Formats: sequence, C-alpha cells, structure tokens
Amino acid sequence: MRENIHRFFRAARGAGVHVSPAESIDAMRAVAQVGVSDRTILRDALLLTLAKSQDEKLALGDCFDLFFSQPEPRPDQPEVDREDGSQGTDRSPSSSSASEAGEGQPPEGLGPLAQMLLSQDRNAIAAAIASASGAASLSDIRYSTQRGIFSSRILDAMGLQRLRDDLDELTATNPALAERLRTALDAFREAVRDTVAQGLALYAREEAENLRNEILRNAPLARIERRQVAEMRALIRQIARRLRERYSKPRKRQRRGHLDVRRTLRRNAAWGGVPFLTAWKRKHRDRPKIVALCDVSGSVAQVSDFFLLLIHSLHEVVDDVSSFAFSSHLIDVSDILESKSPEEAMAEIMSKVGFGSSDYGSSLVDFEKEFMSTLTPRTTVIVLGDARSNNLDPRADILRRISERSKRLVWLNPEGRLAWGFGDSEMPRYATFCSIVRQCATAQQLERAVSDIVATYQ
Amino acid sequence: MAEQKPSTAIEAVESGLAAQGYIASRQIATAVYLSQQIEKPILVEGPAGVGKTELAKAIAAWRGMKMIRLQCYEGLDEAKALYEWKYAKQLLYTQILKDKLGEVLGGAQTLDAALDQLHDFGDVFFSKEFVEPRPLLQALEHPGGCVLLIDEIDKSDAEFESLLLEILSDFQVTIPELGTVSAITPPTVILTSNSERDLGDALKRRCLHLHIGFPEQRLEERIVESRVPNISQTLRRQMVGFIHEIRSLDLKKLPSVSETIDWARVLVLLQASELDTDIVKDTLNVLLKYEADIEAAQPQITTFIAKAARSNVFG
Repeated sequence: MRENIHRFFRAARGAGVHVSPAESIDAMRAVAQVGVSDRTILRDALLLTLAKSQDEKLALGDCFDLFFSQPEPRPDQPEVDREDGSQGTDRSPSSSSASEAGEGQPPEGLGPLAQMLLSQDRNAIAAAIASASGAASLSDIRYSTQRGIFSSRILDAMGLQRLRDDLDELTATNPALAERLRTALDAFREAVRDTVAQGLALYAREEAENLRNEILRNAPLARIERRQVAEMRALIRQIARRLRERYSKPRKRQRRGHLDVRRTLRRNAAWGGVPFLTAWKRKHRDRPKIVALCDVSGSVAQVSDFFLLLIHSLHEVVDDVSSFAFSSHLIDVSDILESKSPEEAMAEIMSKVGFGSSDYGSSLVDFEKEFMSTLTPRTTVIVLGDARSNNLDPRADILRRISERSKRLVWLNPEGRLAWGFGDSEMPRYATFCSIVRQCATAQQLERAVSDIVATYQ
Repeated sequence: MAEQKPSTAIEAVESGLAAQGYIASRQIATAVYLSQQIEKPILVEGPAGVGKTELAKAIAAWRGMKMIRLQCYEGLDEAKALYEWKYAKQLLYTQILKDKLGEVLGGAQTLDAALDQLHDFGDVFFSKEFVEPRPLLQALEHPGGCVLLIDEIDKSDAEFESLLLEILSDFQVTIPELGTVSAITPPTVILTSNSERDLGDALKRRCLHLHIGFPEQRLEERIVESRVPNISQTLRRQMVGFIHEIRSLDLKKLPSVSETIDWARVLVLLQASELDTDIVKDTLNVLLKYEADIEAAQPQITTFIAKAARSNVFG
C-alpha cells in the first residue's frame, strides 16, 4: 500500500497539485493514523494534507477517484462467460458441452497466463496487470505516443509470448478451447490498454502541459494561430501572476540600519526621552510608473495586444500605467483597457487607430503635444514597435526629449536584430536615445523584458 | 484513544462536537481527528458565516479547554500578538531601585568595576517578570493545552504570517532576550481565512487545509435543529429548502449558515407555522444584507416557496 500511496503522490503532481516531500511525509503520517481500510476517510485525509486550495481539492479528488478505480479487466464478457463456466454444467446443456470439456480439465502444459485467462479469475488478472505495469514502470509514461510501447511492455512482462505458443498448440489440438482463449485474449488486451490509458491520464498530464507551454512560450507572438490566442492569453496571465508574486513584496525593506533620531525621540517622549522604542530609517522603494507606447499597425498588433494585457494585469506591482496606442496617430487607451475585457478592449482600440500604416513621426508629435506631462523622472517609457515608419520623418528628436524627461526608455522590437536598419526601419536612429533596446517576439522574451523593467525599481 | 479504530474515533469527534451544538460533516470531523493525531494546525477556509470560528469554540468546549483567540487585522505585529516588555514597570523599578543601585555601585573603586557590576545587574530587567504575554505566548504557556484560534489570518500582513511559522510547525517561539519558549502542551491551533488574499505556501504547507462550504440540505436541517430546537419539522424543511433555492441566485452575498439560524429564530419568534409569501417578504432582510440582493430575490419568492414545498413532499 505504501508503494501505492507513493504512486498516488506522483499522480497528484501530474494533476497539478504541488506535493512537496514535506507534504508527502505529513500525508503518510495521516494515512498511518487513519489506515487504508476505509476509502472515504482515506480520501478525506489525503485531501486535507495535500491540497491547499479549493481548486486543488477538486483536482485531487478527481485524481483520487481515477487512481483508485481499477479498470475492469473485461466489461461484460466475463460475467456471461463465468456463468457459463461455473453453472453451465447443470443449467445450459446446449452450449456447455464444448466449454465444459475445456473447463473441466485445463489441458496440461499451458502457461500461467493462459490458465489465468481460462479460469476467468478477474481479481487475479487485475492484480497481475497491476504488478506487471509496476514492473514496466508505467508511472514513467509521459506522452500519448508512448501508449503502444508501454502496452507491449506490460503484455511481454505477463508472458504474451508463451500465450501465443499455447494458442498455436491449442488450435491444432483443441480448437474450441483455442477459440475461447482468443476471445479472452482480446478482452485482456483491452484491459491492458485501459490500464495504460489510465496511467497516461494520471501521470502524463503535467508533462504534456509543460511541453505545450514551452512550445507556446517560444512561438513568435505575431504569427500564432487563432486557436492558440486563448491559450496564449492564459499563458500571459500566468506570467503576470509570476511577476506579481516576485515583485509585489512589501515595500518597507530596510528595517534596521540608521537610527531615525527624530522619530525615536518623538516615540519615547512618554518615558522622558529614554529610548525604549527605537525607530529606524527606512528606504522607500518606488513603485514602477510605466508609460507604454504601442504600435498597433498590422504586423505588430498581436504583440502589442499581449504586451498590453501583461502590463495591465500587473496592478499589484505597477503603480501607474498609462498606455497609448498608435499607427498613424496616437491616442490614450488606458481607460479602455481598464474598463473592458481584454478582447473587447483590443477590438475597440483596433477600430479606433489600428490597421493604418504606421507613422512614427506624427505619432510622436501627438504624444509630445498632449501627453508629455505624464512623464516624470521616475517613469519608464516603453515603446513597442518595429520602427518601420514608411520612409516618413522619424522625428528622433522627440524621442530624445522623451528620453531626457524619463528615468528610462526601453524599446521592444518584435523583429529580429538582423532586420533592424534595413528597408524603412529607423531602429538605429531611435536606438541612440534608448536606454535598452531588445528583441521581443515570444512570450518568453516578453516576460524577461517586463521582468527587467520592474526589477529596476526594487 | 490510539487503540480505537479511526472510523469510530472520527464518529466520536462528530458526536462530541454535536454535543456542543456543532453539527460537523465527516470532512470536518476527520480534520479535527487528524490534527489531534499528527499535531498539526487546521487552516479553515470558506465563506463568511459557515461556522469557522464556531468550530474552534466547539472544540474547546468539547475538550474542556480554554480558548485563546487572536483576531488578526492589518498592522498586527509581534508586540500585540506574541509578547511585549512591560516598559512602564521596567521604568518604575529602575526609579525605585535607584538608591539600591547607588549602593551596589558605590562599592566599586573604578569605572570599569562599576560597569562590571552593572552588567550583572542589567539582565534582571529583561527577565520573565517583565514580559507581558500576548495571545500566542499565552497559548504556549498554558498548562494542559488550549485551543488557539487565529481568526481571519488573511486580514493580517504577509510579515505576520512568517512570524507564525515557528509556532505552527514546532510550537515554540524565540524571544531574543530570553531564548526559546516551547509549548508545555502543544495547543490545538485553528486558523481561519475568508480568502481575502492568498496565503503564503509556507503557511499552507504547515497546516491541514479544510474548506467549509455551504452545507447540504440534510446537514443544514440538522444544524438548525440543534440550534433552534423549538422549530417545527415542516417549517425547518421548507425554510432550508428555500435558502438553498436562494443560494442558486447570483447574489452579492449569499446567505450562510449563521443567517439560516437567525432566520429560523425570527420565524419562531413570529410564530410562523409555514412559509408564505408575506412572511418571507417581511423577513427577507434577515437573510440578505444588500438592498440589491433583496430586490433581485423579491420576484422569485413565490416560485422558491413552491419549490421548497415540493421538495418537502418528495424529500
């Protein structure tokens, strides 16, 4: 049973429940207390010790039910068969003659598997499958493509080769029995397949998800397929949560250091200035203030979408975000993003300024004219765009003024470095005024870029 | 106790709590049993008013232990939760002992010798005598164990959580001037949370996690029966059925068990024998705490009463 519980921990990890070694020790202690005889109590005990939130409880409950429900070796066939076998002798004379001949005296020299199948002992078969799947280390299964190899491993471990030989032999000597064995074998294969499928559902979930996320993280944002957009949004939300957890730690970090004399004296006035309570100088950390300028013209729109989604889901970390979208002219989109769901907001932004040919020069002019006052020495300005200005005046001088007014100016470019400066790309001219220029084409690069920006405020 | 079969022991917990008027579901009883056996705190989560705090009270009453309650709020810190030095007393004692001090130091020939003597003397003021124990320290020092209820832990700051870790895992605290204070008898610790913010993993890891949701209809009937014994069976069924219908609505705040009990009391006071539209309309403000919720529920009342009555027939 101990072995089983350990396998269950692995299955639980597969179901997305984080089971640390310490938790598994606790769970083992709890199981030792309640015993394993009563399944509902066992379920409660495991849920109490392992799951740490309501979602995890649900996932773990499902996982428990799946794990401890043995797949039936053969759905209905055996019921009928067994009745035939055991009661056939005195009930159904017509069909029993053949099977009775086989049943009455199991032929000598058959392999253990053949005998087991012929004797229709369901529990024995289930137990044998379980131990064989243990021997084939079914819990290592990771991908659905491995189903075949694990099935055959289990079948081999149970002695399929011997069974085949037996079958060949029987076909010659006792065709009726051979026929029975063949049906039994089919059902048996099915049972093994079910076991493997269950194993896959239990152990491989985490791995498959990781793989899919990994691929998604490195896929170029601008060219992802429509059906992946929802998944990508979920991924971006995950990234946002990670960044929040990392950077939303309390702001009062330096508790001890220099004595704050003024506050110490004031606080201890009641004791005649005898300093019982000390007050220390604290270093206040600024929350990031971000002004984002996003190109939403054709090629870059998708990346801007995900970028805005990410920035605006960082409320706890980022104090103040103002977002501006532009293609040929520039508008303030902060309110739209705050008040609407991501899908609606993006649709509205696109209908207002999207799909034009981009004109960086006039967009920068718009920004300088109306919104220059949003910049303070604590602001990080992020420009997201490919800097392809259709050979219009880039107005790099405005970018210089923006850079002078702000703490940092970061340019994120979805294009690869190789393409910068070729054709109508103005990247090299803009780059002179930027604190950092980085490529930002995939979710992973996006995460790194935003993480770096926020980290400079810590 | 350990010799008992776990299932009987869990039933014993259930009936023990029931004797205190707390009708526990099997999950709750299992959690209480386990926390006692493997000495782990229970973290109880769930919506407001489902009896999280009551659970701690019931456990304390059942085991005949003292309950020490620590109500968490923003800004709660060590000095209010764990211990504090009695500054005024320290100051007073120094004043009173001033002359004595002079005597002690008077014998010293040099400044160094005086300083040495003062050093021997100094620790007196940071001894157990001058520690004011706050709830957490009280709970550890209580002989014979107690039930420590840390209420609404989600309202406290993240730093406070870290402060709790040592107590929760080892039942001890470290006071820099005195050393480590270990529990005489490990207290039964219950933490409650309304999930206002996510608690840290470190805290969650040290606890059994128990989620108390709204009870099933049968269970809720039993709860009402135990709390408001003089309500008739038909009315009890009807009102619980009605509340379950109300909970299916999309409301700002769903009525929880405490509201059910209040409502049962009100109905008994008004001597209602069964639910009808008028009496429900008049007393809806006991169940629903927002004007918007009441407005949303008003038009449905008649259908809900009918449904509750029907389920009554079949149930």
